[in-house]
Amino acid sequence: MSSAGQITANDLKPVTTEPKSDESPIIRITGMHKWFGEFHVLSNIHLTVARQERIVICGPSGSGKSTLIRCINRLEEHQRGEIIVDEIKLTNDIKNIEKIRAEVGMVFQHFNLFPHLSILENLTLGPIWVRKTPKAEAEETAMYYLEKVRIAEQAQKYPGQLSGGQQQRVAIARSLCMKPRVMLFDEPTSALDPEMVKEVLDVMIELAEEGMTMIVVTHEMGFAKSVAHRVLFMDFGRIVEENRPEEFFNNPQHERTKLFLSQILH
Amino acid sequence: MEKEKSILSDESNIRPPATQVGVLGWTKKNLFDGPWNTALTLLILFFLWKVIPPLINWFFIESRWASTSAECYAADGACWSIITYNIRFIIFGLFPPHLQWRPLTAMLLLAGMLFYSRDRRHWGKGLGYAWAVALFVMGLLMKGGLFGLAPVESTQWSGLPLTLMLSVFGMVAAYPLGVMLALGRRSRMPAIKSLSVVYIEMIRGVPLISLLFMSSVMFPLFLPEGITINKILRAQVAIILFTAAYIAEVVRGGLQAISRGQYEAAESLGLNYYQQMRLIILPQALKIVIPPTVGILISAFKDTSLVVIIALYDLLKTTQSVLSNPKWMGFSAEAYIFIALIYFICCYAMASYSRRLERELGANT
Ligand SMILES: Nc1ncnc2c1ncn2[C@@H]1O[C@H](COP(=O)(O)OP(=O)(O)OP(=O)(O)O)[C@@H](O)[C@H]1O
Ligand SMILES: [Mg+2]
Repeated sequence: MSSAGQITANDLKPVTTEPKSDESPIIRITGMHKWFGEFHVLSNIHLTVARQERIVICGPSGSGKSTLIRCINRLEEHQRGEIIVDEIKLTNDIKNIEKIRAEVGMVFQHFNLFPHLSILENLTLGPIWVRKTPKAEAEETAMYYLEKVRIAEQAQKYPGQLSGGQQQRVAIARSLCMKPRVMLFDEPTSALDPEMVKEVLDVMIELAEEGMTMIVVTHEMGFAKSVAHRVLFMDFGRIVEENRPEEFFNNPQHERTKLFLSQILH
Repeated sequence: MEKEKSILSDESNIRPPATQVGVLGWTKKNLFDGPWNTALTLLILFFLWKVIPPLINWFFIESRWASTSAECYAADGACWSIITYNIRFIIFGLFPPHLQWRPLTAMLLLAGMLFYSRDRRHWGKGLGYAWAVALFVMGLLMKGGLFGLAPVESTQWSGLPLTLMLSVFGMVAAYPLGVMLALGRRSRMPAIKSLSVVYIEMIRGVPLISLLFMSSVMFPLFLPEGITINKILRAQVAIILFTAAYIAEVVRGGLQAISRGQYEAAESLGLNYYQQMRLIILPQALKIVIPPTVGILISAFKDTSLVVIIALYDLLKTTQSVLSNPKWMGFSAEAYIFIALIYFICCYAMASYSRRLERELGANT
């Protein structure tokens, strides 16, 4: 990750919106375990996310970061413990799962836009079919979010005609069109060329300023410093350390965290 | 790098030598490129010179187009009279002669509908209704019994209308069934999955002929006394079941080519299974497999001629019965060339339509 250390906290103004700790938390994970066959990927995860809170998750490759956030919208199934999203408990009930997925936006490392649909159609698909929004209204919303990610002029193009950074911004807009309560990001910038990282991070920062609840798996430490309320460090399927960003970076508690930070920040 | 630069800058106006471009260049490069190729070219030219003129002679110059069979026997060339004289029987078979305008109208209607549906801009609800009406009208024309049309027994349906009916309905019904089987085979529900696997593998394990025999000989044995199911319908079902299994395997290949990320993106928007398949997965997967799918449809079309063996009078059978008439015996080459031409036109139309569809859909990505 060459770009990880390059963006320093000085580049970015801290985002100041605060979590609403008086309301019920948007996500509550208690004593959650997950196995892939015999392999214990996640063990005893406890995590509570307040509304408008922003969390950055980091950790070495294979530590279970992706698996953790994928459990939140049931792309992966957990085997023990409890996950409650916006007061709905995740069980095998497919109707509940679909309801939760509509409330939880997800942005992938490889964008995963639908290549056979135009940008506009990518954005209106969810609202039209899941939210049953009338087409005209869905298109209006879609154009609003495309403006927001500064890509409105590409609405009629197809994903294959856009650059990586543009595709990722479209992917973010696609999630936003569903008006999600919380957004999950799985390494949204790590498949991008360095010069495109900033345009995507800028969009995410703007989102943060508007008070979106976000859980971001990333190695962009500058982003973590200025945006996150809390940074989580994972290793071997456990949350090893969690702290406010300034504490986390300046005064890490665990040996593993220190080693990881020294590797990633040079 | 150095060399490329010099070509670009200093000699950019230079042209290739005359012997390398144009007709001359092409001929030299492709036909007389060394002694071996030259010899081969000359040999083939000699062969063509020996074969083509007599063939043209047989086809056109010495041929008879509208004569009696006796005149045909006297002539040296092809006897196209077998076609012109028997055309109504070859095309319409046993359909009562004074009513043959009805299957003709039905076929023209079918051709017209297919031609109109060719254009993807016409696809929509309206076209669906138009097809429903057209199918009803075609059925009515074939069967009669309403609006003063004399009823015609389905045992008299034969010739080209029968071939087209078996193949068009066969393909139209087999395609969605095949897609469902392909989805079933990838289902997470064990019962559905194993049912699909068993079905596909069983059907693919037997030849179409044996399915047709089963439908015509064995199947009636299982029906309760007094109930009969139309023979054409039974053959039709056999063709559908057979073709669907092959379509299913081709479509499964397309489904495997769609990345996990597409499913995950669709799921994470909250789309249900049906929506994921219909809106995201199938449009991409089916597009990838257009060429092999059309291959299967084309061979299904030709395979309908196997219904001869269960004594249905399709196009091949009507032609054969003309040939068994002592008056026209011995002109089988002409007769088979003619029906080959009909099959070729239909298959070529399918193939070129699939290329067009691929081109149009491919433009998006
Ligand atoms: N579907 C799966 N089946 C089996 N093992 C899996 C599966 N998905 C992930 N794993 C394993 O689980 C572990 C955690 O994977 P995960 O993708 O969550 O890691 P990560 O922290 O996101 O790593 P990275 O930084 O490389 O993305 C890895 O060892 C991985 O090999
Ligand atoms: Mg990951």
